[in-house]
Amino acid sequence: MKNTLTTLLILAVFSIATIAQEKGSVLIQNATLMTITDGIIENGDVLIVDGVITAIGVDLSAPSGVSVVDGTGKYVMPGIIDAHSHLNTVSTNESRNPVTAEVTMEESINPNSVSIYRALAGGVTSIHLMHGSANVIGGQGETLKLRYGVTQDEMRFDDAKRTIKFALGENPTRVHGQGNGIQPRTRMGVEQIIRSHFDEALDYKIKREAYLAAKEAYEGDRRGRTAPPVPVAKNLRYDVLNDIIDGEILVHCHSYRADEILMLMRVFNDYGIKNYTFQHANEAFKVAPEIAKNGAYTSVFADWWAYKFEVYYSTAYNATILNENGVTNSINSDSNELIRHLNHEAAKTVRYGETSEADALKMITINPAKQLGIDEMVGSLEIGKQGDVAIWSGHPLSIYSKVEHTYVDGKKYFDLYMDPVDMRIAVDSEDSYTEAGFNTFIQGREEDSCMSDVFELIQQ
Amino acid sequence: MKSKKWNIVLALLLMGTFTVQAQITGKPNFGKIAIIDATIHTVTEGTIQNGVITLDGEKIEYVGTDRSKVGDDYTVIEATGKHVFPGFMDSGTSLGLVEVNAVPVTVDNREVGNVNPNMLAFTAFNPHSASIPVTRVSGVTHVITAPQGGLVSGQAALMDLWGYSPDSMAIDATAGMVLNWPSAQSRGWGPRNPEQAEKRYKEAVRNLDKWLDNARFYDQMMNEFEADPSGKTKPEKNQQLQAMRTLVQGETPLIIAVSSEKDILNAIEWSSHEDNSSLNIVFAGVEEGWRVAEKIAEAGIPCLVSTLYTPVRSYDHIHRPYENPAALMKAGVKVAIMTGEVENVRNLPFNAGYAAAYGMGTEEAIKAVTINPAEIFGVSDRLGSLEIGKQANLFISSGDPFEPLSQIEQVFIKGYQIPMDSRHTQLFEEFLDRDATQE
Repeated sequence: MKNTLTTLLILAVFSIATIAQEKGSVLIQNATLMTITDGIIENGDVLIVDGVITAIGVDLSAPSGVSVVDGTGKYVMPGIIDAHSHLNTVSTNESRNPVTAEVTMEESINPNSVSIYRALAGGVTSIHLMHGSANVIGGQGETLKLRYGVTQDEMRFDDAKRTIKFALGENPTRVHGQGNGIQPRTRMGVEQIIRSHFDEALDYKIKREAYLAAKEAYEGDRRGRTAPPVPVAKNLRYDVLNDIIDGEILVHCHSYRADEILMLMRVFNDYGIKNYTFQHANEAFKVAPEIAKNGAYTSVFADWWAYKFEVYYSTAYNATILNENGVTNSINSDSNELIRHLNHEAAKTVRYGETSEADALKMITINPAKQLGIDEMVGSLEIGKQGDVAIWSGHPLSIYSKVEHTYVDGKKYFDLYMDPVDMRIAVDSEDSYTEAGFNTFIQGREEDSCMSDVFELIQQ
Repeated sequence: MKSKKWNIVLALLLMGTFTVQAQITGKPNFGKIAIIDATIHTVTEGTIQNGVITLDGEKIEYVGTDRSKVGDDYTVIEATGKHVFPGFMDSGTSLGLVEVNAVPVTVDNREVGNVNPNMLAFTAFNPHSASIPVTRVSGVTHVITAPQGGLVSGQAALMDLWGYSPDSMAIDATAGMVLNWPSAQSRGWGPRNPEQAEKRYKEAVRNLDKWLDNARFYDQMMNEFEADPSGKTKPEKNQQLQAMRTLVQGETPLIIAVSSEKDILNAIEWSSHEDNSSLNIVFAGVEEGWRVAEKIAEAGIPCLVSTLYTPVRSYDHIHRPYENPAALMKAGVKVAIMTGEVENVRNLPFNAGYAAAYGMGTEEAIKAVTINPAEIFGVSDRLGSLEIGKQANLFISSGDPFEPLSQIEQVFIKGYQIPMDSRHTQLFEEFLDRDATQE
């Protein structure tokens, strides 16, 4: 039974994969358009042709062959972008060294996870798939488009900026110091790990470049007067660190406490690193003026707090305080549950501190797009941007609103009304049943999901 | 933009938060209080437009439209355009038992041992938990707080979220015995093949039955001794069996945490045994209740369910968690909504909101966080609706309390007009404009 199903599934996946990366065209008419960057347009139309928004206005007509969707009474907004996700990782942490800049989520994408479909059903079209927070300098991230049913490579967001995960505070000190008896055990150690690795990387760069120059000279020396240079081996880890210093990779740093946020800004100023985002950043509100001054970004939970000590002195008003202080902030999920209703998480910023509805919506669209370096391509309804949009039954910040259709590149990947009631009603007792909520009704939360796979490993 | 926020800050300040550093909140108002011009959602007796509700001390004194009921000595709250609801009740939390879940020394909801009927959440409940003010300002005024772990975790308590001692906050110190239903489900961890799972399940149920048999015997023995001790040897006291007396008498509900279809059916079958007919059984969790809703309804077992979790099977419909409460309700099951949370019990209205949006409707979802849980836990004579004589647990909202865009403006618990501040509002107040100086 199970084998047949697996075979069927594999066949289904392959048959879909052959039509991968398809771009679609659609005209959505007479809807309320939440453009994000240009206000709200009532009774507006959006035309997407071959995956790109080509017109926004009223009374647009569909080019021949382009399907028309009646949006009367509906809301259209750009697809939600989640700047912090482990939605479909194969593995999350390479936790055996405090610095693992060389590993990448590019190699860790599960394109078949049902979580992708569930996120699409929440109007999400792009995610930032991140390495976990076990290491001070973790692996590189991968920005994905939720083209459900394609291959790993085809899920990647073309031309997105490269990113990397950093992590401060309890997680790296617990894993390495407490768990393995090596630095960092403290926040002091965390800082020194970063500084020493940047220094080593810079020294390596000088040596490596000198070697390469000497090698070139040696190889070009036909008369044999030059001695062969001592090789300086290529070091992928240092190469990546130099790319960070050179501004080619955006840092997304897992952080909670205000002091460690200040620490990283000091370090980054010393190395000339800009355009970085503090992830989680529960205490960012305490240093909002400093974050704004440094031009750093934040990406926070709407209301998670108190599950671990470093988030005990935090507040659900974090996003509002940051926004009011001029920090570009996004609301992220870091959870396969929260990603199903990021619209609702954004709405909480209105509840907690009366952030404007317009700014609340920015926090799940254009702001995360800026943080991922994809804001030229997605994050708002603008002519020339990619056709990643969702149609909502009502105002996206209302708890009663549902996503009816989700489009990526103009192609529909979710349709509420085409979705079967259930793929299989009878329960197969051998089918896996998630541990979450298993015969226990108090869930509690001990961890951000950045650490989901670490402690199993350490205990082995 | 900023001025609007300053209004909130000012309002908070005016509500009496010029406080000593150590104090979490200001002082409440208490006594004769009237809310006028509000839309009053009584839950049990309809909705009253331009309504008046008066409180006298801990109780609701009047609900209706007669303004003459408001004497000169009342503190009057004008609530034009606002809504008044009974305080919401969360039927499944560990609030007050866990402060920071990742710090084990602050975790008091899980005792060592497999059968702990004598462990009382009431005892470990910390009235000064930072999560309590954070919770109550959201309109959640009383909660079931429960121990967890093992087969029998201990006893849950029903607590008001205002007060300075467990004693003054307890509505019912022994509100329910928590039983984690032994699973017959084979899964990724634990027993992998169905035979092994079945065997383990049967052993666990035998153990459970033995405990209940002993408790019934103990109860009978104690009853006989207490009725007439003369000439009898005093039985040795057993804390665990003593704690189970009100359970086997059917007075204390048995909260069975159960999740999958198979386990739910087993639990229904077990509850139908003659020996267990005196038990007052409630299911909690019940993620696959929708698959067997008719059977749960037939058995007359109420359910405590949440909505904000991921579908439990990969092939389940995406909205199944949101639709589960409605499916149960429509089959005739009495449903209460819960969060299963600790620090974010404030999300109860949103759990209910999803149930409302996915088939339950707003009115029924309001019941699922007010009168339904009150009935399930036997306190509907005191709580769960806005009726004369009931305890004054209620709140004023700017709109639909399930909408995150609405504001919960004022909460009352046991008649106390609660200061609407918490760690979260205080940090907001201090840090919104951090570097401002006194004017």
